[in-house]
Amino acid sequence: MMVTLGIAGLCSGLAIVGIYLVTQPMIERNRAEALEAAIYRVLEGAKTRVALVLREGKLARFESPDGSLPKEEAVYAGYDEAGALVGFAVPAEGPGFQDTIKLLYGYNAERKRVVGMEVLESRETPGLGDKIIKDMNFVGNFRDLAVEPAIAAVKGGRSGENEVDAISGATISSVAVCNIINASNSRWLDRLADAEGVAAAGNGSSPDAAVSDGTGSGGID
Amino acid sequence: MPSQKDSYEELVKGLWRENPVFIQLLGLCPALAVTNSAINALAMGAATTFVLVGSSLLVSSLRNLIPKQVRITTFIIVIATFVTVADFTLQALAPVVHKELGAFIALIVVNCLILGRQEAFASRNSTRVAVADAAGMAAGFAFALFLLGCIREILGSGSLFGVSLFGPNFEPWVIMILPPGGFLTLGLLLGLFAWVKERRLRASQAVGGAPAERRAA
Repeated sequence: MMVTLGIAGLCSGLAIVGIYLVTQPMIERNRAEALEAAIYRVLEGAKTRVALVLREGKLARFESPDGSLPKEEAVYAGYDEAGALVGFAVPAEGPGFQDTIKLLYGYNAERKRVVGMEVLESRETPGLGDKIIKDMNFVGNFRDLAVEPAIAAVKGGRSGENEVDAISGATISSVAVCNIINASNSRWLDRLADAEGVAAAGNGSSPDAAVSDGTGSGGID
Repeated sequence: MPSQKDSYEELVKGLWRENPVFIQLLGLCPALAVTNSAINALAMGAATTFVLVGSSLLVSSLRNLIPKQVRITTFIIVIATFVTVADFTLQALAPVVHKELGAFIALIVVNCLILGRQEAFASRNSTRVAVADAAGMAAGFAFALFLLGCIREILGSGSLFGVSLFGPNFEPWVIMILPPGGFLTLGLLLGLFAWVKERRLRASQAVGGAPAERRAA
């Protein structure tokens, strides 16, 4: 019995590792494309973007010859047609109701506000928790949201500028999204404020560092 | 003897006479949840077909090597492996569909139709018959999902495969693509099929009792 189970487990493991190795590069590419598209959706009005990565505790421009996204942790500065900084798109992740929620949110450092949010990956309960993606009223909470004091999910309608109206039946998922953004804010906001100079300066001087979304439809929701 | 069963008979029984959704009422969770559009229904049907046929093939060819005491565990390992393969493949090749189907791909593992076929059929029959049975059941399941998906998408979105059918003046029945629409559609279809079946039974009884009994058996 034990031998059978052992062999079955081993074969199963090998099969899963095999398919993982084959499909992983394709999945990574799809994810990068989805992230690229999401950057222009959470930063309304952005037409180009520059990736910023951590170098010795400070944010610095990530230069890549083919314009691909960095593999390491990064935030993205979005610029409008005139080359002015629209805001930062920050990827963040954290525990949801069932599995890790990965999301991307837009942040305007000047006004200290979250200006957009999109869930990239989640496995929340179909029909309840997955409303954090599909319920446009909930997603709309993040179009203009103060980050100080910390974002809070409340029930029965938002009253403060830092409040998000939680989805009934999906309270845990709603709170999870807020917590993820709060945790990410405490990690990034100071660095983003410092980086404003790095990001704003020289977008025009090195146009090849900024990658256009190509379709021209970026930022229009 | 099971090995002498006609594999053609095993193939076609799942399509209609023992249709998993309409007759056996198995696998209703995905049948209700992901049939809000025809394309989602087809993708779910295809993924389930892959898992069911693959698992039946493996389980029936290994049926004499699996000890009785751990058979369910082994079936689950086999099924879960196929589901993981399907999950990764969809994620790599059709990320949009994968995002739409979401957790339901992973939930194929617990689709009672699949484990049911392994325990009730594949573990007791030869590979050829088991694969025919699995293919028939999977086709019946995919057909049922597709039918539900078409009805719900046409009424709920006014389109089929994303192509608008009725022009801009059509007011979609939004409820049909929401969860209640799944229950309504499935309930009405089940009622329709039961009614047709009963009428046929009455008609054949009026002619003579014998054929009706054979059909019911």
